[in-house]
Amino acid sequence: MSDEGQIMLRETFTVAGGDFSHAGRVSTTIKSMLKQIGFPSAVIRRTAIATYEAEMNVVVYADRADVTFEVTPKTIRVTLADQGQGIADLELAMQEGFSTATDEIREMGFGAGMGLPNIKRNADELEINSEVGVGTTVKITINAGE
Amino acid sequence: MVAEGYYHAHEVNEGGCDGRMRCLKVCPTDAIRVRDGKAHIIGELCVDCGECITACPRGAVVPLADRLGQRSPEYKCVVAIPSPVLYSQFSSDIAPRRIFEALQRIGFDHVFDVARACDWETLASRIFLDEHEGRWPMISGFCPAVVRLIQVKYPELTEHIMPLEVPREITAREAKQKLSRDLGLDVSEIEAVYITPCPAKVVSIRQPAEKNRSWLDRAIAISEVYGPLRAALAAAEPVPSSELFESATYGPGWSRLGGMTSLLRTERWIAVSGMSDVTKILDDIENSRLRDVEFIEASACLGGCIGGPLTVENIYIARSRTYRLGEKYSRNIERHANQVEELYRKKFFSMENPLAPRPLSPLDPDIGRAIEMVRKRDEIYESLPKIDCAACGSPNCLAFAEDVVKGDIERSTCIVLRARAR
Repeated sequence: MSDEGQIMLRETFTVAGGDFSHAGRVSTTIKSMLKQIGFPSAVIRRTAIATYEAEMNVVVYADRADVTFEVTPKTIRVTLADQGQGIADLELAMQEGFSTATDEIREMGFGAGMGLPNIKRNADELEINSEVGVGTTVKITINAGE
Repeated sequence: MVAEGYYHAHEVNEGGCDGRMRCLKVCPTDAIRVRDGKAHIIGELCVDCGECITACPRGAVVPLADRLGQRSPEYKCVVAIPSPVLYSQFSSDIAPRRIFEALQRIGFDHVFDVARACDWETLASRIFLDEHEGRWPMISGFCPAVVRLIQVKYPELTEHIMPLEVPREITAREAKQKLSRDLGLDVSEIEAVYITPCPAKVVSIRQPAEKNRSWLDRAIAISEVYGPLRAALAAAEPVPSSELFESATYGPGWSRLGGMTSLLRTERWIAVSGMSDVTKILDDIENSRLRDVEFIEASACLGGCIGGPLTVENIYIARSRTYRLGEKYSRNIERHANQVEELYRKKFFSMENPLAPRPLSPLDPDIGRAIEMVRKRDEIYESLPKIDCAACGSPNCLAFAEDVVKGDIERSTCIVLRARAR
């Protein structure tokens, strides 16, 4: 982020795998901070959706994740570093409708294979690093200039 | 429009307020502060849900609805338009028709029932949902507090609000046009008075979100007419049962949460009430979690409009009555289908202007300074006890931290920090 100005705000959160009852909390907290800062509402919406989907991926597939939220006047970045099963075939995972979710998860209304594609659609930059059996790091960047 | 320009339908009577802070804790948008022992409402944040009116043990938060008996000489005809909630305030043996008569006895020249417009609106909503190609889900627009909550705190979701004129406005418009024709009066000589279960509808009349002027002119609280109506009902001759209800209706069902939605043809709906649960659903929509839901019926008051702060009857009793009223007086709404289809194409149900977002001001107009303020606020928040006792006069520790950053209050006001330092 060196070329985008200094990070003025950095917050960290944790997300617990399997914790459906608190799922979405990080996204909601981030969203309310962005509203108070006064970013354009379309930027806030994109950030909220991308963060929520990434958060849900942690809840559904991983053991836990550290979430870092960083803001400069021009850029919003959300990084989710999880410990979990990792993604075996990233290209396949990025395809709409592809999912490895169990029937149980699908019955809860998740795992439709839209998570990663939806993050990609809403983010300006998306960087995913994954190692099977270790975990996945998802770095979402949103440009605040709309 | 400046924030200060927002009209609200209730105010704190400073003489009556002794700073007990009940209002502070129930306010869903954190719009109340208690300073120097008195409650203050922050106009920009208030969405007129009326929770504070109900919560105040001293009755010091007073609704500014109009009083019965104020008849302005400029009007030649005064028409009452009762919310269907009114019927549920009396025994279900009392037909709506008798309540209309009682309203005339206490001074209204005419009474128009919202029920027919409710039937129409249900059918119009079906057409809208069938043809909608934009974002899902759509959110009902008949609760003005929910509409304002969305405009203020969820500005991006404003386009999800159903862009149809609400039944009370349609009824007022129809009533004025009909009476103007029948009586040879100018529309401006007819006054339409809404009998309201909540202060939010007073605001929607004085300061409509979607047009320049409401078709309704005034609103009187159900609690204000209840006593006189009871007396008038007791004195009235019974009406023959054959004449009980000519335009009968699902109107009573509309006042109960889920009543309207259950008549839509979609299975993908959610009915939610109470500001904290409405907020959760709006958060889910913002996170794009509810894309496969078509319609959300949302009401600020728990249980729907029958839970309004200006009602009299216990909500559970009122709710039970809405079912009995429905059984007795409902008729199939499908009989209106052709007429509604025709009216819909003529834009009969369209709002005059689209709803616009009304987002809160950021902490600072300069984005860099605003980020800095959020950082400072979170730093202060981390140092606070986080028990949300509200003894400082801010509703919770996070709001207190924000008030400190804004320079509204000193951090040393926190009595828990002071006690721990000792």
